[in-house]
Amino acid sequence: MNFDFSDDQRMLRDQARRFLDDNAKPRAILEGVEPFDRDLWKKIADLGWMGTALAEEDGGIGLTHIDLCVIAEELGRALAPVPFASSIYMAREAIALAGSPDQKKAHLPGLCDGSTIGCLATAEGNGPLSPKTIHAEVSGGKLTGTKTPVADGDVADLAVVAARSGGDVGLFLVDLAGPGVRREPVETVDPTRSHAALVFDGAPAAPLGSAADGWRHLDAVLDHAAVLLAFEQVGGAQKCLEDAKEYALNRYAFGRPIASFQAIKHKLADVYMKTELARSNAYYGAWALATNAPELPVAAAAARVAGSKAFCFAAEENIQTHGGMGFTWEFDCHLYLRRAKHLALTIGGERKWKDRLVAQLEQRNAA
Amino acid sequence: MDFSDTREEAEYRAHVRAWLDANAERRKPGQTFQVQYGQDGLVPLAKDWQAKKFAGGFAGITLPREYGGQGGNQMQQVIYNQEEANYVTPRGVYEIGLGMCIPTMLAYATEEQKQRYAPAAQKGEEIWCQLFSEPVAGSDVAGSKTRAVRDGDDWIINGQKIWTSGAHFSDYGIIVLRTDPSVPKHKGMSFFFLDMKSPGVEVRRIKQISGTSNFNEVFFTDVRVPDSQRLGKVGEGWRVALTTLMNERLAVGQTPPPDFNEIFALARSLDLETGPAIRDASVREKLADWYVEMKGLELTQYRTITALSRGETPGPESSITKIISANKRQDIANFAMDLLEQGGVRLTDDQPMAGMFQEAMLSSPSSRIAGGTDEILRNIIAERVLGLPQDIRVDKDVPFDQLPTGR
Repeated sequence: MNFDFSDDQRMLRDQARRFLDDNAKPRAILEGVEPFDRDLWKKIADLGWMGTALAEEDGGIGLTHIDLCVIAEELGRALAPVPFASSIYMAREAIALAGSPDQKKAHLPGLCDGSTIGCLATAEGNGPLSPKTIHAEVSGGKLTGTKTPVADGDVADLAVVAARSGGDVGLFLVDLAGPGVRREPVETVDPTRSHAALVFDGAPAAPLGSAADGWRHLDAVLDHAAVLLAFEQVGGAQKCLEDAKEYALNRYAFGRPIASFQAIKHKLADVYMKTELARSNAYYGAWALATNAPELPVAAAAARVAGSKAFCFAAEENIQTHGGMGFTWEFDCHLYLRRAKHLALTIGGERKWKDRLVAQLEQRNAA
Repeated sequence: MDFSDTREEAEYRAHVRAWLDANAERRKPGQTFQVQYGQDGLVPLAKDWQAKKFAGGFAGITLPREYGGQGGNQMQQVIYNQEEANYVTPRGVYEIGLGMCIPTMLAYATEEQKQRYAPAAQKGEEIWCQLFSEPVAGSDVAGSKTRAVRDGDDWIINGQKIWTSGAHFSDYGIIVLRTDPSVPKHKGMSFFFLDMKSPGVEVRRIKQISGTSNFNEVFFTDVRVPDSQRLGKVGEGWRVALTTLMNERLAVGQTPPPDFNEIFALARSLDLETGPAIRDASVREKLADWYVEMKGLELTQYRTITALSRGETPGPESSITKIISANKRQDIANFAMDLLEQGGVRLTDDQPMAGMFQEAMLSSPSSRIAGGTDEILRNIIAERVLGLPQDIRVDKDVPFDQLPTGR
């Protein structure tokens, strides 16, 4: 047993951190008009990150999902304003998991070199994602319905859409530049990640795997995404902790740095504890993902719950530690709060994932 | 990163499991040891079990072979603990001795003393306790007042220790004592080990809110301890005490049930108004939180082991385990009793887990205090892990005998 990254993975992490420190500028997206940082996207593609954890014959560069997790942690830490999660954790993983050989051949290389951007379209407005809440429908190979909000839906070329077909919910591939597709940008709490409503009106839709297996495939994609997003969340939480610490050490009140007050020390100790629990659960998820262990559904749900909790808590307490400065536009605290909330909801909220976790534990216990 | 056993680890695990199967009874979910820590009748059972473990090669797994240990690694200890957790075995009697006292001995005692005491402790023949806390020195252990005064080749001890786990059945104890009150507190302490049966040692059991008595008060009246039983230099007892406390963090024992598995089992077996408790949304939410904490703590401990195996020093990170597991146990107990509603008040009942939650409700407050309060451990994390400033210490450079003491 070995519960840490390898030396190579640590090196990858250090490189990724340095690169993103220099290149990721979420504030420029927040205050500019661009939906995402195209220049950063291209550089990330050149680094090969998008091909991580995919075999070379599929257009990837090999390596394991643990390496992809290392990258995810750094992207989360840097609040990288790129559609990496949508394109790689979701669309690419969906096609790799459920696609036919032809579909893989057609789409994976483009996703891996960044020339194609993918997204996952599941939501239809408010409320939980479940087979009951999906109304978009594919009939005779044409998709009709509205998906909103779809993270990176306005910049993606390709969408993996959950839609009804016959009696089942299946996954479908839709070319967003094709006919019958209209997109409307949607404002969200996290403007550093763009969102859209995708309105389909008879858009050609190709089934990704059989419709009868659609929900099972979606579950698997969500498990993969949950682990990878958990690493983004751990990275974000860790950065919030470091920022709060830095501020508390330099901000004086009552003749002392506020970091010397127990009220602040204990607050940051709590952030540290939640972050470490999330990190440990994420590590287990990474291992389960990389080895496709039977524990994956449980490990992914636990990583998801712990990650969402940790990042949201760390972002809130970072603002609290910063006091009045914490809720100004100028300080970056709110960017982390925004991203924390976005990540905590993007593949379903905490309530949903807790339910999923317990359901998995029940199943495991019944077996 | 690999959460599966290596070939050697798998072999070791199989070896452990085979031995446990032959020597102990498998634990059913929710089943705990018949005799709880702090109850009479535990010690003979524990002695017997420790002797068996020694014979089987599972006592002192990480201690050096020349002192009776197995010379194994932390991973083997983890594997053994994981496996033993599945069996009904007596817990808690040897943890302090083997986890804290003996490692401190091995760092400071003479060769002869190491040979004399370390193997006996591992065989279960001798039980050790740790005498640190005092009525006015709990979290502030360096505020200890119990004095030792030099008298020829001996020291004479007078004063009182308290919250000493297992003192009433211990043969030996390690103790930190004030040997020079005229210098600031950290500088005037020395560290010893002593025979708990020495004349002048009086142990009084403290009955706790749970009704059990695992803690004691220990009174010292002109107790003689030979200078040869001093560990470390005169005046440097605090440094030795820190060694012990570092080992304490490594020795963190398993929290007694109930934990996630017990509340999960209750939720599956209990009916609420609307059906099985486990179908209730509020129950599911709690279960998920506790699972995440339980698994997170287990995995965090493993990460510490990996850091150790890489040659990194164990940090105070494992304070996390202590804070979260103690609080989790209290929350689980309270929630379970709430689910049981009016029946929840019964200390022994016809539930499959006869009174476990009720017992935990009453005993868990002590877990949040013993071995470092939640508050002190948060300070430790803030100061030693995060590097935040130390609390202001007004007693730092003041001679001990000039410190204000309150009443």
